[in-house]
Amino acid sequence: MSPTLTAAPPAAPPRPPVAPRSRRSADPRRTPRWAIYLPLAVYLLFTLVPFYWILLFAFRETGSTSLFPWPLTLDHFSTVWNGAGFSVFFKNSVIIAVLTVFFSTTIALVGGYALARFSFRGKGAFMLMMLCTQFIPGAMMLIPLFDIFRATFLINSLWSIVVADVVFHLPLSLMLMAGFIRNIPIELEEAAWIDGCGRLRGFLATVLPLLRPGIVAIGSFAFISAWNNFLFALMFLNSQEQFTVPVGLSYLLGEYSVDFGALAAGGVVAVVPVVVVFAYIQRYLVQGLSAGAVKG
Amino acid sequence: MAVLNAAAPTGVAPNRRRRPRRERWTPYLLIAPAVVLVAVFLVYPIGSVVYYSLYDYNVTKPWSNGFVGLGNYVTMVEDSLFWQSLVFTAQWVFVEVGLQLVFGLALALVINETFVGRALGRALVFAPWAVSGVLTTTIWLLIYNPTTGFGRYLADAGIGTYGTSPLAEAGSAFWALVVAELWRGIPFFALLILADLQSISGDLYESAEVDGAGRFRRFWSITLPHLRNAIIISTLLRAVWEFNNVDLLYTLTGGGPGNATMTLPLYVARLAIDAKEFGYGSALTMAAFVILALFSVTYLWLVRMGKDQKA
Repeated sequence: MSPTLTAAPPAAPPRPPVAPRSRRSADPRRTPRWAIYLPLAVYLLFTLVPFYWILLFAFRETGSTSLFPWPLTLDHFSTVWNGAGFSVFFKNSVIIAVLTVFFSTTIALVGGYALARFSFRGKGAFMLMMLCTQFIPGAMMLIPLFDIFRATFLINSLWSIVVADVVFHLPLSLMLMAGFIRNIPIELEEAAWIDGCGRLRGFLATVLPLLRPGIVAIGSFAFISAWNNFLFALMFLNSQEQFTVPVGLSYLLGEYSVDFGALAAGGVVAVVPVVVVFAYIQRYLVQGLSAGAVKG
Repeated sequence: MAVLNAAAPTGVAPNRRRRPRRERWTPYLLIAPAVVLVAVFLVYPIGSVVYYSLYDYNVTKPWSNGFVGLGNYVTMVEDSLFWQSLVFTAQWVFVEVGLQLVFGLALALVINETFVGRALGRALVFAPWAVSGVLTTTIWLLIYNPTTGFGRYLADAGIGTYGTSPLAEAGSAFWALVVAELWRGIPFFALLILADLQSISGDLYESAEVDGAGRFRRFWSITLPHLRNAIIISTLLRAVWEFNNVDLLYTLTGGGPGNATMTLPLYVARLAIDAKEFGYGSALTMAAFVILALFSVTYLWLVRMGKDQKA
């Protein structure tokens, strides 16, 4: 696992070794192309058709049974955005996600630095505690967290979701951040110290600029996890003005006579931010996994 | 192993002489926010679950709340839905993780090859990883629904009949759930394996080729042994995660039809969210914790046993 981590700074994801033999198409040792493209095509079909299906219903006119969303309509989007309240849900989700990203990344940056650059008593225990939290089911925390939030008057406040999301995502961010910082040579900081910088200035001047891609990746993971969180929002928020996109979507699902166009449009609204962020971080996925820091 | 290796401090021994002084407390200050948050919102709540499990506790019926000792645990043992959910949880985790292992491994091997369009193919294949459980439900509900789903179009083409949803019957509902979760779960499993595949040195394959090993032999003797640890950790992580996974089940079937797809964590979530039965829910939570811990320990122990025998 560590080769992937130590080989290159976070900015450069490991590239597959381009073996010269791949150019010789007659080489018998080379994997036959059909053995790659056939299974890949089948699997892509399985992956992409469901995405297509939701797009189809979101953009197709009500009553149409065509397999192509033509003539195109945006009516369903105006239905969910204005009628079903998705404009409010979207705003709430953005607020929660941004605050979660900010707090979990900041706390992870500070803690990750300690893990990467100091040796101190209790470090092993701390890391073990962080790893153990990975096994705690969110559903099991609903009851005790509900009580804590009720006692602190955070029920039905977006802050309850921010706190819960940060806590659940923090261990992952922290481990990943420690890995990224470890990859930056300490000599850079030492040079800054010799020049008279303190710990903080040295960090800001040498480590932080190099860490930017890693920070963006960690923030993106936190964003996706906060954006997708459903159970906490369902449990801790009870007025419609506070709903998040997944909760709003679940209510659309539950409605008896379902307006499928609106449901699909709501789904598209829910997926767009995630797809944009995913497009950016997908190249960090393998590295993130190597650091043991990405959850499914 | 991925997880454990990464956690170990790997050879970063800062030069003490050049370090800025008076820093004994610095690392503790730096990890303090994380420690406080985790302690208050994860460790303390787990403790409070133990406490609640001994009480009758329903926020909507405060008049009947009170200490009941082991009453909730007695209810649990007598609750047929509890036992039924346990059996279903085992079935769900086993089938889901098993299929993810098979397809995820195959996908990782394919995607690890060098081919034209690899970067795009990888991005597309892994995309469902980022999709939430509720959205997965939305997508697959459209596919399974008799009026909007594939069934209707197949019936239009003369295959099958109109008006059947796979979610309506217990047996087909299970497989409908499995497919929807595979759609989201295979990419992640493939990623876990891929991360490890990339760390196999190409030299090994070269020398195996020189020795005359065929493609299958190379996979069997080099790739698989190398992936052993990754596979063990991935299946464990996925098993725990599929056990904990509630979003999709809650929204796609809600445990139905007739509680046929109720997992234990889903049961807890429904008690907490819908019934507000916090006391009994806490007792079931304790059961889930014990099962998770026993499972993890047993699994790792079995794996070690297997290793010792081989060696």
